[in-house]
Amino acid sequence: MADFLLELRCEEIPARMQTGARAELEKLFRRELDAAGVAAGELTIWSTPRRLALIARGLPLATEAVSEEAKGPPEGAPDAAIDGFCKKAGVTREELTLREVKGRMTWFAVRHAPGRPMVEVLSAAIPAIIRDFSWPKAMRWGAASISTESLRWVRPLSGIVALLDGQVVPCEIGGIAAGRKTIGHRFHASGPITIDSADDYAAKLREAFVIVNHEERQDIIRTGAAKVAAAAGLTLVADEGLVVENAGLTEWPVPLLGRFDEAFLDVPPEVIQLTARVNQKYFVCEGADGKLANAFVCTANIEPRDARVVVDGNRKVLAARLSDARFFWEQDQKTPLAVHAERLSRITFHEKLGTVADKALRVAKLARWLCEEGIVTGDPALAEQAARLAKADLVTEMVGEFPELQGLMGGYYAAKEGLPQEVSEAIRDHYKPVGQGDEVPTAPVTVAVSLADKLDSLCQFFLIDETPTGSKDPFALRRAAIGVISLILGNALRFRMQDVLRKAVEDDLEKFEKVFFGHADKGLGAFFAERLKVQQREAGIRHDLIDAVFALGGEDDLVRLLARVHALQAFVSTEDGTNLLAGYKRAANILKKEGFAAGEGAQALSYTPEAAEKALIDALDAAAPRAAEAVEAERFADAMAALATLRAPIDRFFEEVTVNDADANKRAARLGLLARFRDAVHQVADFSRIEG
Amino acid sequence: MSPAPPSAAASRDPARSFQDMILTLHDFWSANGCVILQPYDMRMGAGTFHTATTLRALGPEPWSAAFVQPCRRPTDGRYGENPNRLQHYYQYQVILKPSPPDIQELYLHSLAAIGIDPLAHDIRFVEDDWESPTLGAWGLGWEVWCDGMEVTQFTYFQQMGGFDCKPVAGELTYGLERLAMYIQGVDNVYDLAFNTAGVSYGDVFLENERQMSKWNFEVADTETLFEGFRRAEAECLRSLAAGVPIAAYEQAIEASHLFNLLQARGVISVQERASYMARVRDLARSSCEAYATKMTPEWQVKYPGWSLV
Repeated sequence: MADFLLELRCEEIPARMQTGARAELEKLFRRELDAAGVAAGELTIWSTPRRLALIARGLPLATEAVSEEAKGPPEGAPDAAIDGFCKKAGVTREELTLREVKGRMTWFAVRHAPGRPMVEVLSAAIPAIIRDFSWPKAMRWGAASISTESLRWVRPLSGIVALLDGQVVPCEIGGIAAGRKTIGHRFHASGPITIDSADDYAAKLREAFVIVNHEERQDIIRTGAAKVAAAAGLTLVADEGLVVENAGLTEWPVPLLGRFDEAFLDVPPEVIQLTARVNQKYFVCEGADGKLANAFVCTANIEPRDARVVVDGNRKVLAARLSDARFFWEQDQKTPLAVHAERLSRITFHEKLGTVADKALRVAKLARWLCEEGIVTGDPALAEQAARLAKADLVTEMVGEFPELQGLMGGYYAAKEGLPQEVSEAIRDHYKPVGQGDEVPTAPVTVAVSLADKLDSLCQFFLIDETPTGSKDPFALRRAAIGVISLILGNALRFRMQDVLRKAVEDDLEKFEKVFFGHADKGLGAFFAERLKVQQREAGIRHDLIDAVFALGGEDDLVRLLARVHALQAFVSTEDGTNLLAGYKRAANILKKEGFAAGEGAQALSYTPEAAEKALIDALDAAAPRAAEAVEAERFADAMAALATLRAPIDRFFEEVTVNDADANKRAARLGLLARFRDAVHQVADFSRIEG
Repeated sequence: MSPAPPSAAASRDPARSFQDMILTLHDFWSANGCVILQPYDMRMGAGTFHTATTLRALGPEPWSAAFVQPCRRPTDGRYGENPNRLQHYYQYQVILKPSPPDIQELYLHSLAAIGIDPLAHDIRFVEDDWESPTLGAWGLGWEVWCDGMEVTQFTYFQQMGGFDCKPVAGELTYGLERLAMYIQGVDNVYDLAFNTAGVSYGDVFLENERQMSKWNFEVADTETLFEGFRRAEAECLRSLAAGVPIAAYEQAIEASHLFNLLQARGVISVQERASYMARVRDLARSSCEAYATKMTPEWQVKYPGWSLV
C-alpha cells in the first residue's frame, strides 16, 4: 500500500473558487482512479490561495491484471466484418483465436491487460486532471499563450509536487514537470522546500509559514478574531462567510483589531457593517450594550513587524470608505424621499412595463384599496403614502453603492424626515418576506404595501407573458408568489384572490382573465396553487389534498382553503377516513360507469328499502345538512366528523345491498342514493383527487 | 567649473517625493527591459487607452513598456475639496508581453524599490477581473492590497479588440497618488510632497482641480462637446476607410473623453447613455480590429503559422 501526495501550485486563486476547486480535484482524481479500476478510498483535500493539495492513503502499488474476452464473427465471415471486429476490440488479426460455439467455429479476441504500476497510472492521471479541471473562469498566460491551445488554469500554474510513497511521479504538463520541491509563504519563507512524502508535507509547510489545511485557517480566524475582540472588551459579530473568505485569502492568517473614529457611528450600523465586510472583508464588533462598536477586525497574511502599522493602514482605508458612506448618508438626506421618488420616472422597471414610478403608482392604489376594503386593517392614506415612497431609495447614493440596502435606507431616511412610523417601517420592510423562511411582516401598513408590491409584479409579468419556466425565473416571481402566500397565511388575511387580482389590473376584465387563466391554464391562478403546494410541502401538507380542495372550484380564499385541507389531512389519516375514502371510491366508480352526474340524488322510494339501505338514507339525512352547516361556518373538523358517521352505513350498504337490482326502480333509487353520498362528501373536498 | 550637480539615481527618495517615486519605478522597469515611454498626448480615462497598451497587446511580438499616463475622469472632480478624489490623476502602467513567469515577483520587487516592505505591510492579491466593453477587452487578475488599500490593478489580458491575445500580456496599473499617500503617510492628496524641495502636489494641481472641476461640471459648452463627438466619430470612420487605424483609434479616444465630459455636464439621459456608449465601443473596436487586420500580414511573416483568430 502506498500514500500519494499531489500539490498544484499557482498564483492566487480567488477565495470564492476554492471550495469548488477542492470538490473538482476530488471528483477528477476519483474519476481517473476509477478508470484504472482502483478505489481511491479516503482523500484529504486542502487549499490555500496558492495551492491545491490532495493526499490519498493506502493506494495499491499496482492495478489488478484483467483479461477481457469478446466474441466476434464466425469463421469464414467477410474480411470487412473481421477487420471491423479487430478494430473495435483493439487487437490485430493474428491475435484472434478460434473457438467452437454451438457447433460453429467463431473468432474470439482475448485481451490480457496486465496490472499497471500505480506510478504509471498517476503519471497519466495528473496531466488529465489538470487539463480537464473546470474553473468558473480560466485563463492563458506566458509565452505558450501565443497559441490559444495552451494550458488553461485559474491563474498561471507554477508547480506540481507529486509523490507516491516518497518517490516523484514523473509527469509534465504545460512545461511544468512534477517534482518534490514547493515553496512556502510568499514573504516569510524564501527558497524551495523539499518534501519527502505525504507525511511531512503539512509540517514542512507549517515551518515555512503556510497552514495548508483550510479548516485550520478558518478556525484560527474564527477563534482569533473573537479573541482579539474579547481582549478589547467587545463581542465579535460572527460571520461565517467572512471566515471562509479570509481563509481563502491567507496562508498564515493573523486577525488584528483596529478602531475607527467614533463619529462614524452616526451612520446606520448596517451600512458600516456592509462597508467593512463587502469592501474590506473586515469583521465588526458589538459593545456590551449590543450596539455596533467603533472597531473592526482585519485578517493579515503576515506576522507583521509592527502590527500597529498594518492596523493603521487598514484603519485609514476603512475611514475613507466610511467617509464616502457618511457623505452618501448626509447627501441623501438633503432631499426628501418624495423628491427622490420623482426621479423614479427615469428608471425603467421593464421595457414593456414602464418606469418604476409607474409601478409605485399602481402599488400605491392597490395598497390603499386593500386597506379601504378592510382586507388589511391598515390606514389607507398611510399605506398609499408608504407605497409611493417605498422605491424612492433606489435613486439614492447609498443604495446606488450598496444595492442590498434597498428598503432599509428608505426606512431610515423616512424616519429621519419625520414621516409616521408606520410609513417608515413599511418602506423598510416592504420587500419582506424574501423567500420561504424569511420573517413575515405583521404591521398592517407594511403588509398592505408588501402584498400590493408583489401582487403587482406578478400581475404585470403574467400580463406580458414573462412567466417562470423551468429553472428560469429572472424576475423572481416564484419568490413573490411565496411571499404573497406567506403574507396571507401569516396574517390570516381573508379575501378572494380573484377579487384582488382584478383590482390589481385596475378592474380590466380582459386583463384579469389573461392574468388569472393565462394560456392553457398556465395563469396566475394555477401558479398560486402550484406555489402553495410547494410552500406547504415543508409543513408536511399533502399536495393531493390541496388539489382535492382546489378541485371543488371557486375556493380561492387561501386561509379557508388551508383550514379545510388541514382538517381533511387529519381526517384521511384516521381509520374512519381511510374507510370512507374506500367507500367513496367504490361509489364513484359505480356512478361513473352508469354515467350518473352530480345532483341526481334523492328520489322518493316506490318500495320498502332494505335495512342497510334505510340506515344509509337516515345517516345521510342527518350527516349531509350537518356537514353543510359546518362547512358554511368554517368548522371543517366538524364537517369531517359528520362525514365520519357515514362510514359504517356505507360499508354495510355495500355488504348487504345489491345496487344493480333487476328491478329498474330499485336500481335507479340505489344509484341515486350513492350519488347523494358522493355529493355529501364533495361538500368537503373532491375525494377522487385523493391518492391511496 | 562648479561641482557636478547631484546625479540622479543615488539621490532618489521615493518615500519623501512623488516624482522620485515615479523615477524609481522608471529605473526599476527600465532595468527590467521595458521601454520607458512618455504619456500619450491625448485626454483619456485610463492608461489602458494608451496605444502602447491596447494596440501593442495585439499581435505576436514581444513588447515591454512602462509609462505614466495622466487620467481624466471628469465626474470624479471635487473642486479640490475631497482629500482622495481628483478629476485628473496619474497612473503608472507597465505592460509585459508575453507575461513573464516571475511577473508577480517583479512587481513585488518594484514595491520594495519604492519603500514598501512586505513584512511590515500586508500585501495581498485579491480577485478582481477586468473588463472594458469599450475596448472589447477582458482579463483576469487581482487588485493588489497593501494593508487593505488597493494600490495596483494586475491583469492578464485575455482579449483585446475582440481578439484573443496571442500571447497574453500582463498589465500592471499603479495608482500613483494613492501609493505615494501611503508611502509618505499623508491623508490628503494635496499634502503630498511632489519633490524634496518643498513643492507639494497641491502647489502643482490644486488650482487646476478647482478650475477644471468647474469647467467639467458647469462651463464646458455642451453644443461644442456634442459637435466634437460627432466630428470625432466621423473622422474615425474616415480614417478607417483610409486605412490608417491608429489615427482612427485616436479619434475613438477623443470621442470617449467627450462622452465623459457630456456625462459630467449631465446632458445625457439614461436612455441616450447606452446608445452613446455603444457608439464609442463601435469606434474603438473597429479601430483595434482594423489595426490588427492591417498588421497581420507583417506579423505572419515574422511568426509563420500565427493567426489573428
